[in-house]
Amino acid sequence: MILVVGEQRGGKLNRATWETVAAAQELATGQPITIALPGSSAHAAGAAADLAAADVAEVVTVESPALEAYTPDGYTAALQDAVGQLKPDIVALPHTYQTRDFAPKLAARLDRAIITDVTAIKAGGAGGDQVAFVRPMFQGKLTADVVPQGPAPHFITFQIGAFRADQARRGSSPAKVRSLTVAIDAAAIRQKPEPPFQEAKQAVDLSQAERIVSVGRGIKEQSNIPLAQDLAKALGAELAASRPICDAGWLPMERQVGSSGQTVAPKLYLALGISGAIQHLVGMKGASTIVAINKDPDAPIFEVADFGIVGDLFEIVPAMINALKE
Amino acid sequence: MKIAVCIKQVPTRDWQPRLNDARTWIREQDATYEMNEPDAYALEESLRLKEKHGGEVVVCSAGPARVGQVIREALARGADRAIHVEDDGLASADAFAIAEALAAAMKDEQFDLILTGLQSDDQGFAQTGVILAERLGLPHATIIMEVQASNGSLRVKRELEGGWFQWVAMPLPAVLTIQSGINQLRYATLKGIMAAKKKEVRKATVPTGVVPRQTIASLYVPEKTKKTQLIQGSAAEAAKELVRRLREEARVIA
Repeated sequence: MILVVGEQRGGKLNRATWETVAAAQELATGQPITIALPGSSAHAAGAAADLAAADVAEVVTVESPALEAYTPDGYTAALQDAVGQLKPDIVALPHTYQTRDFAPKLAARLDRAIITDVTAIKAGGAGGDQVAFVRPMFQGKLTADVVPQGPAPHFITFQIGAFRADQARRGSSPAKVRSLTVAIDAAAIRQKPEPPFQEAKQAVDLSQAERIVSVGRGIKEQSNIPLAQDLAKALGAELAASRPICDAGWLPMERQVGSSGQTVAPKLYLALGISGAIQHLVGMKGASTIVAINKDPDAPIFEVADFGIVGDLFEIVPAMINALKE
Repeated sequence: MKIAVCIKQVPTRDWQPRLNDARTWIREQDATYEMNEPDAYALEESLRLKEKHGGEVVVCSAGPARVGQVIREALARGADRAIHVEDDGLASADAFAIAEALAAAMKDEQFDLILTGLQSDDQGFAQTGVILAERLGLPHATIIMEVQASNGSLRVKRELEGGWFQWVAMPLPAVLTIQSGINQLRYATLKGIMAAKKKEVRKATVPTGVVPRQTIASLYVPEKTKKTQLIQGSAAEAAKELVRRLREEARVIA
């Protein structure tokens, strides 16, 4: 049995849960799929009703008042109990910040393999009839086929956007929903979380931008930012950046594109000196036309680019501004 | 406060990957190495906490002999002493092996706080700190952007997705994984580099019974999913041609 661990916040499912259902359906070779949904009973039950539309054997709510707010201690205890009762061969999770927070702890508690950030599944690859899981390594410069070792269950987390939520098969009738009682000692939960908040009202909504010029480490110095600004102006584009630029304070955090910033899907995304680490790619690969200007021909950004120029952005950008004036 | 910071040595950002003959790992002899970037931020945070609260910073690393380079660098930036779990097998080890090697070498030290980067720039598991916490029986929080520590308790700002954050409180001792950009990094001074030479580096060995939980069947250059039109020529020619294609082919600019 493949167990998908869904993720809800306040009863609302995230898209990555449906992506993980799609991944589990691709992975399954006849064995049933169960979706487990941890949370307080009100939250889990609401989200479970949505998930019952999926073509799966059943949806199981893993309910406890102690799961009302997410904590790694609470989720680990609940899912340790759920995995013990349900006995899956594989546990599939979305590679979200929340999964990253508790899944390695759960796998370590059970002493089972965990393969994170998986982008594809290869059946019967180099390991014979073993399934290999494809994941990026070395900042996306290389890709690895990885095989889990040791007894089941194996924990697999799937990269956001690697599988399509709309490809998750729906069932002809709703799947059975039942609740699973798990024992959690609320007093043993050591983390005391406060409500989530946003730092500042996001003044710039990059998700609505038609064109975006985005800068990365290749811009080298803060004093070079105006060059990118000039190009953005000439293109009628918003200016954005990869994480290191915002970390350095060269552009405000609200202009950051990527897993920790905004997700954008403009008509044109022009990446200046951005190598294309996966944390950045997940935030922009939905753009219709992607242009990469980078001095490194092997930069991963070229894997998603429609147009590319390998060269010195400090020569190319002024030349583009000139060409745009014509 | 007795603080440990776990750092990893990884290939430099501009390293061009080359594979070993079996195509299961990189050719290590061709690589140049540096401190994993998120770990550098964890080190900086530990030094700032020590400056505020007193105590000591112990840098811990698991890897082959070459790891001594980043250990010395951390000592030069201000860490007080180091623990080096030395083993050639750790170079390509999974997160379980690294965390278990570190846990065995660190458990008797009774650290108040353990920091590490949120993930490594080489294998990028984002697991080591969390597994280490579990093996040491400590609470943890991940992807941390601010640390407030006082009198045996801890309050940290955890980054969520899409620009959201959350404060989480927990008792000490605890393990935190630190996000890049939490602070501004310092560089080693000449005085620091000289002082580092005299600082203690305790060598430890990998405990018995550590087994791999995953193996790399094949390592390769990513298969391209998109056909990129690479535009050649001088900067002026390429820029002009790019603008033409964006106007006439992609029709994304006026």
